[in-house]
Amino acid sequence: MSEKQKIIEIEVLRYHPEKDKEPHKQVFEVPFTDDMSVLQGVQYIKDYLDGSLSFRWSCRMAICGSCGMMINGEPSLSCQTFLRDYYPARVRVEALSHFPIERDLVINMEGFIEKLESIQPYIIPRETRTLAQGEYLQTPEQLDAYEQFSSCINCLLCYAACPQFGLNSNFIGPAATALLHRYNVDSRDGGKSQRMELINSEEGVFNCTAVGYCSEVCPKHVDPANAVNQNKTNSAADYFLRFLTPKGGAK
Amino acid sequence: MKQRTLKRSNAPIFWALFGAGGMLSALFGPMLVFITGIAVPLAVVLPADTMSYPHMLAFAQNIIGKGFIFAIIALFLWHAAHRIFHSLHDIGIHAGTGAKLLCYGLAMLGTLIAAYALLAIGF
Ligand code: SF4
Ligand code: FES
Repeated sequence: MSEKQKIIEIEVLRYHPEKDKEPHKQVFEVPFTDDMSVLQGVQYIKDYLDGSLSFRWSCRMAICGSCGMMINGEPSLSCQTFLRDYYPARVRVEALSHFPIERDLVINMEGFIEKLESIQPYIIPRETRTLAQGEYLQTPEQLDAYEQFSSCINCLLCYAACPQFGLNSNFIGPAATALLHRYNVDSRDGGKSQRMELINSEEGVFNCTAVGYCSEVCPKHVDPANAVNQNKTNSAADYFLRFLTPKGGAK
Repeated sequence: MKQRTLKRSNAPIFWALFGAGGMLSALFGPMLVFITGIAVPLAVVLPADTMSYPHMLAFAQNIIGKGFIFAIIALFLWHAAHRIFHSLHDIGIHAGTGAKLLCYGLAMLGTLIAAYALLAIGF
């Protein structure tokens, strides 16, 4: 290490359920260079200072969605957040808000995985199609309708940002709604009426109070708040018009 | 996959009233504040007797005027009730049914009183 090596303090929220009653903070002094991300900072801690520190990561390039943490209180991908932006102050790193902590910076994702399954995140074909009919064709407009919502990497930053999910974890929440919408507006899909049941339910979109912070923190510009809003309109229309249409798509 | 029984939410009713009230207050709120709070009391732009008793009575007896007054009072109230109910939830008061009854109940009461008064005043 050179003499002018810079040192930053990283405060980490630690929690090992087998020995800790509750989470507590621990401060590490980490040498860093200007090109180091917060993820590299915690990796340094694990490699050289405390091998018991646990956190998730994989791609280091904002693709896999596994390195989400609260950094100075903001839900962020630690691989695209840089230590230099906090230096010389201390940077605080905690597990994502609103989720149970499994260990240190690792959250329990089970609740979200269940939600993801419940939205049926795959194309439910409108009609059966034979191989001989060839591939589906979509116009650029049909692609535009869902493309943005298909960019979600399940990083859960939006859930950590959502005060309503924090108050009621049954709320289906931003990313699951965005993904649900992604399939509903796909011209190849015919599963909308099945999925609307969830949107219309007490766990659905009306838990949202239009805070919009989910879209602000989303690293992939999915704009989940937009998907939620569009589905409030869809759901209200379904609520009032269901008696007029033969099949309203919900009970 | 865990099977859940989903209950349809009744929120669209309140959300629709909230939305309608929000739209109406955005369109007419500032104008009403200007007319009732500035223009008439200070007699700027509008003559001082714009809101005199005979004028207002005639307005309230006209069927369109009646509708306007009713919509403004009722929808503004439903908008406020919904906003207050959700803000209570946001600051950690989860009174549930109680808060719901109080907020929406007051809006309902205001709506009924407005309807009664507008009908009682005659045509
Ligand atoms: S919507 Fe955005 S913030 Fe939410 S999980 Fe998907 S990528 Fe992450
Ligand atoms: S490590 Fe994959 S998104 Fe950060």
